[in-house]
Amino acid sequence: MSGYTETQPLGRTATADGRASPDRSSAANQSHRLANGGLIDRQAPLQFSFDGKSMSGFAGDTLASALVANGVKLVARSFKYHRPRGIMTAGSEEPSALVEMRTGARKEANTRATTQELYDGLVASSQNRWPSLRRDFMAVNSLLSPIFVAGFYYKTFMWPAKFWEKLYEPAIRRAAGLGETAHLPDPDHYDKAWAHCDVLVVGSGATGLSAALAAGRAGARVILCEEDSHIGGRLLSDGGEIDGMPALDWLRRVTDELASLPNVRIMARTAVFGVYDGGDFGALERVNDHVPQPAEHQVRQRLWRIATRRSVVGAGAIERPIVFPGNDRPGVMMAAAVRTYINRFAAMPGKRIAVFTNNDDGWRTVEAVVRAGGEIAAVIDPRGKVPAAYRALADRSGLRVLPGQVVDVKGGVDGVRSITVATGSSTQNIDTDCLAASGGWNPNVALSSFHRGRPTWREDIAAFVPGVSPPGMIMAGAANGDLSLDACLRTGHAAGAMAAAETGAKGKSGNAAKAADEAFAIQPLWQVKAKGKAFVDFQHDVTASDVTLAQREGFESVEHLKRYTTLGMATDQGKNSNVTGLAIMADARGRSIAETGTTIYRPPYAPVAIGALAGHHRDQNFHAWRLTPSHHWAAERGAVFVDTGLWKRAQWFPLAGETDWLQSVKREVLAVRNGVGFCDVSTLGKVDVRGADAGTFLDRVYINGFSKLAVGKARYGLMLREDGIVMDDGTTSRLAEDHYLTTTTTAKAGPVTQHLEFCRQVLWPELDVQLSSATDQWAQFSIAGPRTRDLLINLVDPSEDVSNEGFPFMGVREVMLRGGMKARLFRISFSGEMAFEIAVPARYGEAMARNIMKAGEPFGVVPYGTEALGVMRIEKGHVAGPELNGMTTASDLGLGGMASKKKDFIGRIMAGREALMAPDRQVVVGIKPVDKARRLRSGAHVVPKGAIPGPETDQGYLTSVCFSPVLDHWIALALVERGRERIGEIVRICDPLRNEDYEAEICSPVFYDPEGGRQRA
Amino acid sequence: MNYSIFSLLKAALSNHQGWTRAWRDPAPKKHYDVVIIGGGGHGLATAYFLAHKYGIRNVAVLEKGWIGSGNAGRNTTIIRSNYGLPGNTGFYELSMQLWERMEQDLNYNTMVSQRGVLNLYHSDAQRDAFARRGNTMRLNGIDAELLDQAQLRRELPFLNYDNARFPIMGGLIQRRGGTARHDAVVWGYARAADKYGVDVIQNCEVTGFVRDNSGRVTGVETSRGTIGAGKVGMAVAGNSSRVASMVDMRLPIESHVLQAFVSEAIKPLIPGVVTFGAGHFYVSQSDKGGLVFGGDLDGYNSYAQRGNMPVMEDVCEGGMAIMPMIGRVRMLRQWGGIMDMSMDGSPIIDKTPIDGLYLNAGWCYGGFKATPASGLVFAHLLARDEPHAEAARFRLDRFRRGAMIDEKGQGAQPNLH
Amino acid sequence: MRIACPFCGERDSSEFSYLGDASPKRPNFAVDSPNSPAEIEDAVFDYVYLRANVAGDMREYWYHGGGCRSWLIAERNTVTHEFKSVTAAPGAGAALAGQAGE
Repeated sequence: MSGYTETQPLGRTATADGRASPDRSSAANQSHRLANGGLIDRQAPLQFSFDGKSMSGFAGDTLASALVANGVKLVARSFKYHRPRGIMTAGSEEPSALVEMRTGARKEANTRATTQELYDGLVASSQNRWPSLRRDFMAVNSLLSPIFVAGFYYKTFMWPAKFWEKLYEPAIRRAAGLGETAHLPDPDHYDKAWAHCDVLVVGSGATGLSAALAAGRAGARVILCEEDSHIGGRLLSDGGEIDGMPALDWLRRVTDELASLPNVRIMARTAVFGVYDGGDFGALERVNDHVPQPAEHQVRQRLWRIATRRSVVGAGAIERPIVFPGNDRPGVMMAAAVRTYINRFAAMPGKRIAVFTNNDDGWRTVEAVVRAGGEIAAVIDPRGKVPAAYRALADRSGLRVLPGQVVDVKGGVDGVRSITVATGSSTQNIDTDCLAASGGWNPNVALSSFHRGRPTWREDIAAFVPGVSPPGMIMAGAANGDLSLDACLRTGHAAGAMAAAETGAKGKSGNAAKAADEAFAIQPLWQVKAKGKAFVDFQHDVTASDVTLAQREGFESVEHLKRYTTLGMATDQGKNSNVTGLAIMADARGRSIAETGTTIYRPPYAPVAIGALAGHHRDQNFHAWRLTPSHHWAAERGAVFVDTGLWKRAQWFPLAGETDWLQSVKREVLAVRNGVGFCDVSTLGKVDVRGADAGTFLDRVYINGFSKLAVGKARYGLMLREDGIVMDDGTTSRLAEDHYLTTTTTAKAGPVTQHLEFCRQVLWPELDVQLSSATDQWAQFSIAGPRTRDLLINLVDPSEDVSNEGFPFMGVREVMLRGGMKARLFRISFSGEMAFEIAVPARYGEAMARNIMKAGEPFGVVPYGTEALGVMRIEKGHVAGPELNGMTTASDLGLGGMASKKKDFIGRIMAGREALMAPDRQVVVGIKPVDKARRLRSGAHVVPKGAIPGPETDQGYLTSVCFSPVLDHWIALALVERGRERIGEIVRICDPLRNEDYEAEICSPVFYDPEGGRQRA
Repeated sequence: MNYSIFSLLKAALSNHQGWTRAWRDPAPKKHYDVVIIGGGGHGLATAYFLAHKYGIRNVAVLEKGWIGSGNAGRNTTIIRSNYGLPGNTGFYELSMQLWERMEQDLNYNTMVSQRGVLNLYHSDAQRDAFARRGNTMRLNGIDAELLDQAQLRRELPFLNYDNARFPIMGGLIQRRGGTARHDAVVWGYARAADKYGVDVIQNCEVTGFVRDNSGRVTGVETSRGTIGAGKVGMAVAGNSSRVASMVDMRLPIESHVLQAFVSEAIKPLIPGVVTFGAGHFYVSQSDKGGLVFGGDLDGYNSYAQRGNMPVMEDVCEGGMAIMPMIGRVRMLRQWGGIMDMSMDGSPIIDKTPIDGLYLNAGWCYGGFKATPASGLVFAHLLARDEPHAEAARFRLDRFRRGAMIDEKGQGAQPNLH
Repeated sequence: MRIACPFCGERDSSEFSYLGDASPKRPNFAVDSPNSPAEIEDAVFDYVYLRANVAGDMREYWYHGGGCRSWLIAERNTVTHEFKSVTAAPGAGAALAGQAGE
């Protein structure tokens, strides 16, 4: 089934086909790889390169873990000061270790090394440095850091004024940005899909698994999403014991049971990034980011819209850093990340690791290092004594435990060399190449806060916990502030069972799994107050002193703090920094953290590729194509097509030897004017109006009357919006006493149908009238020109009378065609020539086009496109889109006389407002150039002759322009102030955009056959 | 303290301990000559111009949260004066001219960056409409150029010229258009107004009006007590109807959510502002490197300041339609602001039928670019009791008279403007 | 976000389009109405242009253009976006009757 991700069981990660035999040398080259353990596949070595240097890792590695295993410390440069940075975390919150992945058109910026799965042949490079990562010229910024404090931009770069755009800003822009993205079209495909369930479980740690199991057992339809490639969350890193068995065994058992439940779907590599209204969640599945490139016909990523009734969020917690000088050096890592690299990836981040923790959880890292045979340089715990649970460990291992704080970190681009620890008034230096730090845990409240629910402060764990969550969402486990393993199992199970029950699931959820309830104690330590740069936001280089500077300058609100310092605006969106930053702000203001509050959490939880959000809707598939019934026939004839809305319409039909569009269009127009031509007009909207009150209904929506229209007759109609402005025009035919067919312009087919339905269903439900859209049901062709009748005679059954008497102008009736098919025939004319429109069911459209060609062959019939159609309507002075621009009244268009005085209609009253009746309004007139060789262009403005062009003299503009083949010069329709009073006046036409300025004459808009004799012939 | 490279260098010597508040944090006084409701860009600019240009300095700006917390801090930072209808054209050009000197006026770098605003056209009809608008701009002395496809290819070679569903045929560009740093505008006006003695009062929500026997508004009730006022000006954007309802006034305005998005920072890709003419997408790249982009309204009345997925997808589809190389760039953050969508898509700056109460509203999603001119003309109205010449058409009664300023021609349907 | 169309069931909001507040009632004036022109214009002006624009529960028109083409009246909260109820417009009743087999 599409969409299911095959989740690899633990430690059995898939490898590429034709896998190499285990390469012992590759493991030997990995200087920091442990000999045993980890959830990697040592039988599947993988080669990769970083900054051109070849290295090896194993299947199951991330790029970050492989770099750790290879002893690579320096991975990136920071945004502002270009300080050397390493790997800080082991998850999607990584702020520092961002790399450029892949090359060519697939090059992507800012990929977190911590989430990128390793594959054979992976190519990554560092970013935001020049010329190299080790020697980055821009590190000179660090020297200017005394000036580059928070908000320094706002205080300078103002003189001279012109220098900002010319000098300062371009330099800033070049220096800013992180990675470089490809400048070529993304060659990959993306997919979008819907999924529906009763209970969505976010996160597959102890909490999520318990929830999924409880809900799944109860019978609810469950989807379990995990952003990682592996199910298990922190169980993969922390181990422990559940229900009396090793946690990993429990994990395997639970995943097997979940996999066996047909109502449970497990989606790994799928990050839930947002919650939207009505229980819709957005999730991104990384389908093929773990291979060099997607196989043919496969997508890179898939956007899921998951519609669920309940959700259980077991998204865990994110460990937070402590702010101390040098806390950004490569080799300073989160304590839990160190654990992850050791336990999950068998990679030891340092040869001599120091741990700095203010809480019990940091001690688990001490334990992990010791158990893996690593060396602990020291444990620095400002709380002053070893937690009870770890005393035996401390004694057994002879740990050096210091009751103090880390006040400095020394090292170079290759990372930490030593730390300085202050205990009381004395300090000491300790050699170490990796400092594992933990400032406590921040429950991952993001999803609960995306509907602007504010998290609340919990003193005992010194962290924010979810406030009011979106409807249907239950926060559980660490994400809800329940930090122990047992609590995660318990609350996850309870949440899953409750969610399932609320959706009507009746089955039994069984019992929650159990684990020893380890203690979690913390003594908040946000910031070590010591001299030196101490970072709060690592990527954006926001320091503790930036936060206090912001406070001094009055940027005290957490949102001002964020915006002034850019704290929390980096790619990690403050996951590592926000709470710490506001704690420092609270301290500076002398307020509590609870009072200070958090910034608003905004989706997406993790960044989402724009390509994935667009899916297949790009290039030619951006929007659907609508093809006219005769499209394929027209394409065969080599028609040039034009986009009108979603429609592709034949614009003209070039013949061999024609080199210029105007040449083809002239030929088509003259063919119609002198002989006969035809055009597919099926795109016009068609609405069937039926019922005893159909006439009354139309009387109310059109300004002119239709109830008295004779059966078998058509009439041009104009409808207004409620505000009195013209909405649309078109002909309406009365096919029977209770049956009208009304047509709309191509562009307004949808909106007019919606409007008519509103009138019928909401305004006048008492009327007996029914509407149905018939636009797609009919293929309709306009056949026009003096030889139209001759053509028709060849087309219709000989019994049909199409003479002027038998089928007069504006007549409508059903006719029999030769061959025995029925068609509707309308004698209406847009071109001004004698013309008919013939309509047949849409599926016969193409055959009809061929038949018309055949029937007209003796008379030299030509197909014509929208361009010729437009020329002829301008020659005839018919208004269309450019005049029906949503600002013109019936009277502006010269159609005010159509308005009935005997009935009310929509828009009548608002059309009477003073400004819409003003005598100086711009009205439709014709324009012809004084110099007949002069080309006119739409959008040129009209000013009085002799006047200086300007806002005061601007009197209108050319709306529709064409070359008139019959007049042999350019003509235009225009909207001109008091135009109808000014026929014959010479005006000045100004077109500064195109550098044109010339004289023209205002004339009647009807350039061709003003008496209308030709259409009545 | 004056801001300059010299003051910055000097401050650096003392480790920046010497900086003081950019604006004071005053307690509300009993009475002000003018009270402005709304500490956004418009409200603060109004206060600045009242003090700076009209000599009215006993002024308070009341903000229910932190200044700039509404649309001033939620927009996509575009500035332009490429309007086509009388009333709008001159007003937005006035605004552009004020942008061009803002840094010097305010002694604050608001990062006004005239990198150009380009509207792409995709059909002859659209080109014609742009030509009409561009010519209007030129007749008003505003810069505008109509570029054909060949010219565009030279300037922006990365657009999807060869495989777009709606072909990119050319564009109308205003090179003086561009972007500005939105938060800095708020802070710059607050600081400059504060220097004249204007009280910028945060965390002070207006809960009602005080009116005398004649019905005249004489003050406001707030979460920090009653504050008397000679005149009260409203500049509360999406909350206009809520505040107006406190005096039982209905406005020709609906509140709608407009989303905006920013990507992860990347090295320079897009020089100026580009708008897609056949879909809902516009984009610029911030100085920090993020692509800042947006599109259409979600379409339904909303006060929620957050949007839904269909529009987010629609916007990204538009982006991929014209710039298929942004597929691998990641969207980092989305948010929503509440737009005061007026019935013709143009603003209202006028006295209300209630004595002493003045209205500045209806900005739709064009409020940011209007900030300086809006402040200036609203200050003029409050000071002189008559409209500024460049705001003479933004009257509240224009709907009743039929003198709408409807650039899009959509009529009284706010979500279509 | 899904809207429960009384005819089609729950459908994604992208199938619907929005018109706005359903509270204003369209005034009807015959051409020979005895009311003064100003009165008439005022009443229609009010209907076309003025909105309560409430922050809270609101009755509003939605059109199921991507489905059964029914106009619907929803009660929805403009602050939380929660739909409280969705009913058919009065004239959509013919379709409703059809559905009931009448």
